[in-house]
Amino acid sequence: MNLTHLERLEAESIQIMWEVVAETQNPVMLYSVGKDSAVMLHLARKAFFPAVPPFPLLHVDTTWKFQNMYALRDKAAKAAGMKLLVYQNPEALERGINPFDHGSLHTDIWKTEGLKKALDLYEFDAAMGGARRDEEKSRAKERVFSFRSNKHRWDAKNQRPELWKLYNARKAKGESIRMFPLSNWTELDIWQYIHLEKIEIVPLYLAAERPTVERDGLLIMVDDDRFPLKKGEKPKLRSIRFRTLGCYPLTGAVESKATTLTEVIQEMLLTTTSERQGRAIDHDAAASMEKKKQEGYF
Amino acid sequence: MSSKEQKYKADALIAADIDAYLETHQHKSMLRFITCGSVDDGKSTLIGRLLYDSKMIFEDQLAALEADSKKVGTQGQNIDFALLVDGLAAEREQGITIDVAYRFFATEKRKFIVADTPGHEQYTRNMVTGASTADLAVLLIDARQGVLTQTRRHSYLAHLVGIKHIVLAVNKMDLVAYEQSRFDQIVADYTSFAKSIGIDAFTAIPISGLAGDNITQSSGNTPWYKGPPLLEYLENVELNVTRDQDKPFRMAVQWVNRPNLDFRGFSGQIATGTAKPGDKVRVVPSGKTSTIKRIVTMHGDLAEAVAGQSVTFTLADEIDCSRGDVLAAADDPPEVADQFEATIVWMAEEPLLPGRSYWLKLGTQTVSAHVQQPKYQVNINNLEHLAIKTLKLNSIGVAEVATDKPIVFEPYAINREMGGFILIDKMSNATIAAGMLHFSLRRAKNVHWQVIDVDRDAHSRLKNQKPFVLWFTGLSGSGKSTIANEVEKRLHIMNRHTFLLDGDNVRHGLNRDLGFTDADRVENIRRIGEVAKLMTDAGLIVLTAFISPFRAERQMVRSMLPEGEFIEVFVETPLAVAEQRDVKGLYKKARAGQLKNFTGIDSPYEEPLNAEIRVNTTEKSAKEAAQYIVDWLFDLNDSH
Repeated sequence: MNLTHLERLEAESIQIMWEVVAETQNPVMLYSVGKDSAVMLHLARKAFFPAVPPFPLLHVDTTWKFQNMYALRDKAAKAAGMKLLVYQNPEALERGINPFDHGSLHTDIWKTEGLKKALDLYEFDAAMGGARRDEEKSRAKERVFSFRSNKHRWDAKNQRPELWKLYNARKAKGESIRMFPLSNWTELDIWQYIHLEKIEIVPLYLAAERPTVERDGLLIMVDDDRFPLKKGEKPKLRSIRFRTLGCYPLTGAVESKATTLTEVIQEMLLTTTSERQGRAIDHDAAASMEKKKQEGYF
Repeated sequence: MSSKEQKYKADALIAADIDAYLETHQHKSMLRFITCGSVDDGKSTLIGRLLYDSKMIFEDQLAALEADSKKVGTQGQNIDFALLVDGLAAEREQGITIDVAYRFFATEKRKFIVADTPGHEQYTRNMVTGASTADLAVLLIDARQGVLTQTRRHSYLAHLVGIKHIVLAVNKMDLVAYEQSRFDQIVADYTSFAKSIGIDAFTAIPISGLAGDNITQSSGNTPWYKGPPLLEYLENVELNVTRDQDKPFRMAVQWVNRPNLDFRGFSGQIATGTAKPGDKVRVVPSGKTSTIKRIVTMHGDLAEAVAGQSVTFTLADEIDCSRGDVLAAADDPPEVADQFEATIVWMAEEPLLPGRSYWLKLGTQTVSAHVQQPKYQVNINNLEHLAIKTLKLNSIGVAEVATDKPIVFEPYAINREMGGFILIDKMSNATIAAGMLHFSLRRAKNVHWQVIDVDRDAHSRLKNQKPFVLWFTGLSGSGKSTIANEVEKRLHIMNRHTFLLDGDNVRHGLNRDLGFTDADRVENIRRIGEVAKLMTDAGLIVLTAFISPFRAERQMVRSMLPEGEFIEVFVETPLAVAEQRDVKGLYKKARAGQLKNFTGIDSPYEEPLNAEIRVNTTEKSAKEAAQYIVDWLFDLNDSH
């Protein structure tokens, strides 16, 4: 019997999750409500069936996600029977950090700092994330078990060699490990798996008429009335969808007529731009992602 | 069909019938391979080219690539594909790849995961890491340079880690005018080397990563090359995914799933074999048996599970089984042992400390373990065995490993998952080494060292001499015994306490149960080595005169003894001369086929490469040779 590539990827991800729960004290699964998170959560449910996955979900919230995302987040956690922890960095809340006035500081304080604070608060020693190696160049060298110092820093040159399926989860007190069960999945694998396993995803991935404005070459959806419109500007209804989901004012949409999952995959296969193109964060500098990772961004 | 035509055809199908397209794509297989080559062999360029040609590079990335190529590229106004894959900022500045990176691309037939491993000298550990999960290795050779030390090193490492498929990609053919003779020469060079290290088969392809020759389509520049282009080969090479399914069932238990008192499931990824409800299984090491009751999944129970799948089993009986145990075929369970011989790849700055306690992780078992002083280190450039006391970063050696409790294992050559292990430093928690178990040392079980008060120093002080072993090796009839005898007489006159071991006093007693097969020859030498070692412990100077044809065994004896106490004497006599002398008439018998496994005739003699002393018996008489050796020992030779 030959296993297909999706069967092999699934088996690998589940094997990683079992290692995580067996070898760490207090693991958590980071849940960002995107398609990768959806697949990761689905795999966790399969891995531990008939039990409920023995760890909580953590959403590091920025208060600027799409409303659609908040709705699915609560629904998915409930369906899995898992505890959902939502963390909003109090410092960001207090200072009113937002993507319009604070630029890259927004991601830094809400997400990078927020994640560190949440991990410290709940004393998680292991956090599973849905990052994939195909997303971006510096991710291609990421380990499956990525070791972080007690200051949550990532040292590219001092990562542990990973051989066969043997992961070394040993660490000193205060140190932590980020685990990436989806390391070897590609964007297409994710879509195919969602299609095959009928996994529920945020409707924003499918095309619909949505109010949009153009900012710096990106099509931004106006998801609530916090969006500062220019004088006389009126959001224009366009048929759009999203390839990745983050904070709504920072996530670019693509114009599309793909209203079903298979049509989305069809467009994806015929597309000529990468999925991260819609993310403002990567355009900062050539090595921006690597820098952010060293500082503790997931 | 060209790759472009293929792409258009695929796009047409995607556009016309996405469901049909997805159906075929959900049944793709997966191939994991590594690429290795020296710094300038064009590895990054090749991978960039594969990604580009298989449409894994999007327009925005291409735009960035074009801009980068002009700014920091090395190809003038052309696209520098290497920039696509040189990920970290530090690397981009230095222009080298410093760690294993994983790349992905897919064709109509397969998904590929490429471990991009650096060719830089000090990064053996990265190559071994990348190779540990690979099914195939692409070795890059610069057509202008040919087979280099690094090629040999990469081949050895790929072979060591058990990669069965080797592709020799002879790159930069454009720079040698696509000359077939150059390609043939390189393939011939490589063939003889590959054979010497046990690589039986490989596939050679002439390519140019930069110009795109024979990457996705056959090149018009190499009409003499009749094989497939690289990508076509990668798409069609036979996968060994079903091979593991034919082996006996083994699954390391990773996690016990216990949601309530009524359910107890054992979760893990099946390493080898298949399992179905009703199969008898044994829990190793406890040995208790039961029967598989169910294979539980969220989408309903399975009728069968196979190697590679991650599954949860329930058993018919309530028996003890937890993480670290192995579920195995009841009638064919794996071995359990606590002492092993293993090949170890050292991966840390801090060298191996023999005897220090490390964590050893194998499958789901983590135990305390220590490593003995290595038997030898392998010089991965020329594959020679070197006597060594420790292992340093990126060195590879063979050593005995002892665990504090028995573990379940299989030899690495049979089962990668149950024979591969890592060592973890107990202080820093770093992964410091990877190892591959060869076999267990059954005879050594439960034998522990006695601490002796009157030690070897005390023995040698009383005799007022420094003990050592003078190990004579050479063909039958070369004059070993004669010269050794002469040397012993001279040492005796000098008041040295000596003993001569030779065929007469060993073969008839201690080793009379041994014949002349390779295995018996190895055991013969091992015993002589042990006896010689005991005698040096007693303070004696030991002379041995045996053919001892294999380097490995001479090396084994060398590594048993403290440094400097093994002195190899190569008695050099051409086969023709020895055969002509034929003192005992043995060559005649061997030539007539009456003596099997006769060294020099139908059994090999491996000449020493670094003998301390060489004496050529066509230039020196036995007495002259003996005097030369004694002079060497007492530092009287000019040359010494």
